[in-house]
Amino acid sequence: MSEQPSELAEIQRQVMWNRLIAVVEEQAQTMIRTAFSTTVREAGDLSAGIFDLDGRMLAQAVTGTPGHVNSMMESVGHFLRKFPAATMRPGDHFITNDPWLGTGHLHDLTVVTPAFHRGRMVGLFANTAHVIDVGGLGMGPEGRSVFEEGLYIPIVRCFVEGRPNETFFDFIRAGTRLPVELEGDIYSLSACNDAGIRRLVEMMEEFKLDRLEPLARYIFENSLRATKAEIARLPRGTYAAEIRSDGYDEEILLKAAMTIEQERITVDYAGTSPCSTRGINVPAAYTRAYSCFGIKVVVAPEVPNNWASLAPFQMRIPENCILDARRPAPVSVRHVIGHLLPDLMMGCLYQAVPGRVTAEGASCLWNPPLRGGASVSGSPRGNRPGLPDFEIITFNSGGTGARPGRDGLDATAFPSGVRTMPVEATENVAPIVFWRKELRPDSSGAGHTRGGAGQVMEIGARGDLEFACNAIFDRVQNPPKGRAGGKPGAAGRVALKTGKMLRTKGFQIIPEGDRLILELPGGGGMGDPALRDPADVARDVRDGLVSPEVARRLYKVVCGKDGVPDPEATAALRRS
Amino acid sequence: MASARLAVDIGGTFTDLALEHDGRRTTLKVLTTPAAPEEGVLTGVRAILDQASLAPTAIGLMIHGTTLATNAIIERKGARTALITTAGFRDVLAMRNESRYDQYDLNLVLPEPLVPRYLRLPVPERIDNRGEVLTPLDEAAVRALLPVLARERVESLAVGFLHSFVNPGHEARVRAIVAEARPDLPVSLSSEVSPEMREWERFSTTVANAYVQPTIARYLRRLEFELRALGLTASLFLMLSGGGLTTVETACRFPIRLVESGPAGGAIFAARIARAKELPRVLSFDMGGTTAKICLIDDFRPQTAKSFEVARVGRFRKGSGLPLSIPVIEMVEIGAGGGSLARVDALGRIAVGPESAGADPGPACYGRGGLAPAVTDANLLLGRYDPERFAGSKLPLDRAAATAALERAIARPLGLSPEMAALGIIAIVDETMANAARVHAIESGKTYAGRTLIAFGGGGPVHACRLAEKLGIRRVLVPSGAGVGSAIGFLEAPVAYELVRSLYQRLSAFDVRAVNTLLEAMAAEAIALVGAASPGTPTIETRTAFMRYVGQGHEIPVPLPPRRLECDEIATIRAAYDAAYARFYDRPVPGSDVEVLSFSVIVSTESRTGPPTPQTPAAATGSSPVQSQAALTQRVRDDATGEVADWAVFPRAALRPGQRITGPAIISEDETSTLLARGWSAVCDGLGYLVLDKDTPDV
Repeated sequence: MSEQPSELAEIQRQVMWNRLIAVVEEQAQTMIRTAFSTTVREAGDLSAGIFDLDGRMLAQAVTGTPGHVNSMMESVGHFLRKFPAATMRPGDHFITNDPWLGTGHLHDLTVVTPAFHRGRMVGLFANTAHVIDVGGLGMGPEGRSVFEEGLYIPIVRCFVEGRPNETFFDFIRAGTRLPVELEGDIYSLSACNDAGIRRLVEMMEEFKLDRLEPLARYIFENSLRATKAEIARLPRGTYAAEIRSDGYDEEILLKAAMTIEQERITVDYAGTSPCSTRGINVPAAYTRAYSCFGIKVVVAPEVPNNWASLAPFQMRIPENCILDARRPAPVSVRHVIGHLLPDLMMGCLYQAVPGRVTAEGASCLWNPPLRGGASVSGSPRGNRPGLPDFEIITFNSGGTGARPGRDGLDATAFPSGVRTMPVEATENVAPIVFWRKELRPDSSGAGHTRGGAGQVMEIGARGDLEFACNAIFDRVQNPPKGRAGGKPGAAGRVALKTGKMLRTKGFQIIPEGDRLILELPGGGGMGDPALRDPADVARDVRDGLVSPEVARRLYKVVCGKDGVPDPEATAALRRS
Repeated sequence: MASARLAVDIGGTFTDLALEHDGRRTTLKVLTTPAAPEEGVLTGVRAILDQASLAPTAIGLMIHGTTLATNAIIERKGARTALITTAGFRDVLAMRNESRYDQYDLNLVLPEPLVPRYLRLPVPERIDNRGEVLTPLDEAAVRALLPVLARERVESLAVGFLHSFVNPGHEARVRAIVAEARPDLPVSLSSEVSPEMREWERFSTTVANAYVQPTIARYLRRLEFELRALGLTASLFLMLSGGGLTTVETACRFPIRLVESGPAGGAIFAARIARAKELPRVLSFDMGGTTAKICLIDDFRPQTAKSFEVARVGRFRKGSGLPLSIPVIEMVEIGAGGGSLARVDALGRIAVGPESAGADPGPACYGRGGLAPAVTDANLLLGRYDPERFAGSKLPLDRAAATAALERAIARPLGLSPEMAALGIIAIVDETMANAARVHAIESGKTYAGRTLIAFGGGGPVHACRLAEKLGIRRVLVPSGAGVGSAIGFLEAPVAYELVRSLYQRLSAFDVRAVNTLLEAMAAEAIALVGAASPGTPTIETRTAFMRYVGQGHEIPVPLPPRRLECDEIATIRAAYDAAYARFYDRPVPGSDVEVLSFSVIVSTESRTGPPTPQTPAAATGSSPVQSQAALTQRVRDDATGEVADWAVFPRAALRPGQRITGPAIISEDETSTLLARGWSAVCDGLGYLVLDKDTPDV
């Protein structure tokens, strides 16, 4: 029975680890309940976590999007360097949107709050959220430096011992198109850290803790051991892959060489294109975030996110490379490159563990930032009808890559973890009309398992008046590739309804009487399409997602438009 | 005199019956007959009438709840359904919200829509968000679909157009056109089934309604016929997911509202106890074999919501089911029950559930071949059950089998003794339930301090003290008769109907006339439905506005007076909103306008107010509490300290009102045990309930 106290302590540490994850989940839910920006409350573009006094992340909310994971993880250290723990007081909240101290672009606010228990600081809570507007050019690639991209908030106190820093809020309100939303979001982010602190204190009371360090050590040791054990199961070696983005005005090459060793995985990005002149550049923390996600989702998906579970994944990024853009490079839409990194990681991992990775997917969200009214068309003149000013963004996804043993997901976000908004809700907040938003036939990459289908959107302003789109799309020149003989998904397409092709990136006007057509890419296929079960092909034909021509040409399945297969003709075709 | 009330709840395994007459209650369980559920009901009705020596005509009211609608959806055994929808929006059901419910599962499976793509039939039409017609309905295109419906042997039709909740004209016109040619074909309109904004949720609800409609309608007609043949003259009412009752007629039109009516009965059962004991703030906790369900009950009313998910494919994961926008009693279902299985995860941590041993083979200790350790095995090893007396001695438990299962799966891999592994499983399962409860509180804008936990189900009373401690709750109530709690709850349910309608308003430009017009139309509709079901009975009306700061995404329910609003009341409504917001989120937000997204109206007959009729009438109370001496003891391991000691055991049946017991102790009964932890004491009250109180604050 002498073993008992240590056995009990072991069990209690497990319980407390679970609790910490629940605490940060409550923190994230509070943000979703109280946030103003649709990007946070509807789309879930956020992250929340708890950190030790050295700025190391102990736990992260399950809710949230991967791009914020690692980047927010590095952020707390920057806050502590500027404001050492000894200078922090209960009720203080600190904020920044510095792309290099936070999560990679000015639209993400990071709020850090010290947690006190029995008069001592015991840890910090942090969260990150994507807000709709921070002034400047607005979300889009057009900036030539970060200074054009919006309001720049250095690390400052937004609440001082519980009281709002009114000077700070004056600046904030003055610098944005949406002052009420931005101020409301900062209140929400602070409230959500407070909710986390309350729960943490309750936990420390329940388990009679006066500090978190022993628990932190336990979490880190176990996470590191578990991650290393998963890495050790992989075949060692160096695996190279590359992927291309359409870029702003020229193609961007992303190259990776992944070295798997006994206890760590190192990715070297040598050979990757240099920075772009426009805002598709990626700060290093964001590169690490999506690289880690791409590796972890394959290698160790069950290990909770924390400082130690991500530590064995290391990145070497050459200087002046687009994946390590330095201040003052423009970075507003760094996600358009960042979202390709998991596909790149899987391109490497495919050579090591082919049965565990997916084919390439649409990957980059197709989020059209739409603007209308005076800042597009000028003030209404004479009898010319005008739209009220509006600024919105909707989140939309193409198809994900085919999976070993399962088809890709139709019109579903990956790697991003965001949700789309209902069309009815969007039409209620802006004077626009969606005329079409449905799956795109013949867009999924053919394969033994097929890629997910993309989608088609047709968007007009109310009364078909003039509006603008600040395009941030990709995979138009470089469609998602299949693996193991699977075919690529359909490339994306950006056009006016009257036929003119638009650029994939940049601010463009949709003239009065015309509409914006977006055809989102499909995911790549996996394996030989001629080996796909003819019944599955026939079902897709019947559903109108695959045409009889494609069924015959790529899948070697003969079937009518009604989806009734011809087994004999199919067998003959497959033999030939 | 036809004064008896009969409740029948069809569950997956058992059909529960409860009969109240002349101040007495009779209960009965019979096997459910899935192929023809009315057979089980009729068997049960005959048997319970026999048992109570009553004639069929003595029943004045029969209340019925069934999982038939839920099962039809889960098992995909509904009607062949088609959806006529706005051209350009054929895939709303398939595209969902374009997200994954698990960020780290590459092999994630999403639920298939109930209607496949080739039966989702687009027709040209478009209405905008203000209800104006942008594209008129192409009636020829609708007529052209009639042969398709025939060729595809469609048995039920759903119609879902964008913004139809603002202007239902096009949907109504489709129904008229279809009815001309096919008067036999049931049609569900999204503007009637779920007239709320958000097309995915509205279409999903409408399609689900159409999908279960023929099955439910046929079943209810058959049941009604058979009951009449049996000689029953009582009116038949159906239990709704929102906690009210409705007629067979309404249930046949909106059968989707019957989903989850069983668990709703359990929550009403708890609410009725809350009222009897005058407990205004309660958390009900029903822990069964595979899941635990919790529900917040304030002012004797279970918390309701406007939507929930059915048929989750991702192990109880939120986002993995089909969304339904209907009024429901809001319950959180956690994959943690007596049968939940424990394992060691990749990180060397104990994980419990959501996989379950179910009833067969069940936990290892049932000795039916279960090899994996379940929560019940862990409770047994901690000494919380008497293996000889479990389930009224009908199911002796095999301690050796439980020990072996724990040894193999948990103790050996972690280097723990089987008993400490058992303690670990209980600690984790309690934590899992508490974590889910805490998140639920956040989502509901509620707190737990000062609440009473009402615990029932096979596992509820065993885990109640610890769960309460974790949530900061200091009082637990264990009622009697919890085995058929849902059916008893039905007896209490009022005849009620709830309508929810979207009408966008900003408080700064509040159109009092438009709001009054809407609310009065809704009230008239609900009063008509309730009045038809219970003519002449006085009703209560509750009106609610769902409000938020302009720009926020989640609404807070704010009560409105059940009458015409006056122009000068807007400030009062704003003040009520600010107070509700600040109560939970600390800081009201300066300078923001407030918007109303939707309104609800509930019309209800008054609930009965007495306590549930006790199974055995309790003796008079009033005597001072008696400190009890136990005749029996049991070796129990304390989950807080890990120490083993002799705990007193009290058979519940022998307890007398006023009797007081100090923890640690176990109060045993046939179906379960109540675990009275150290630092808690219990009193048996005049109704035969156990009231557990935490004695002293933590030192």
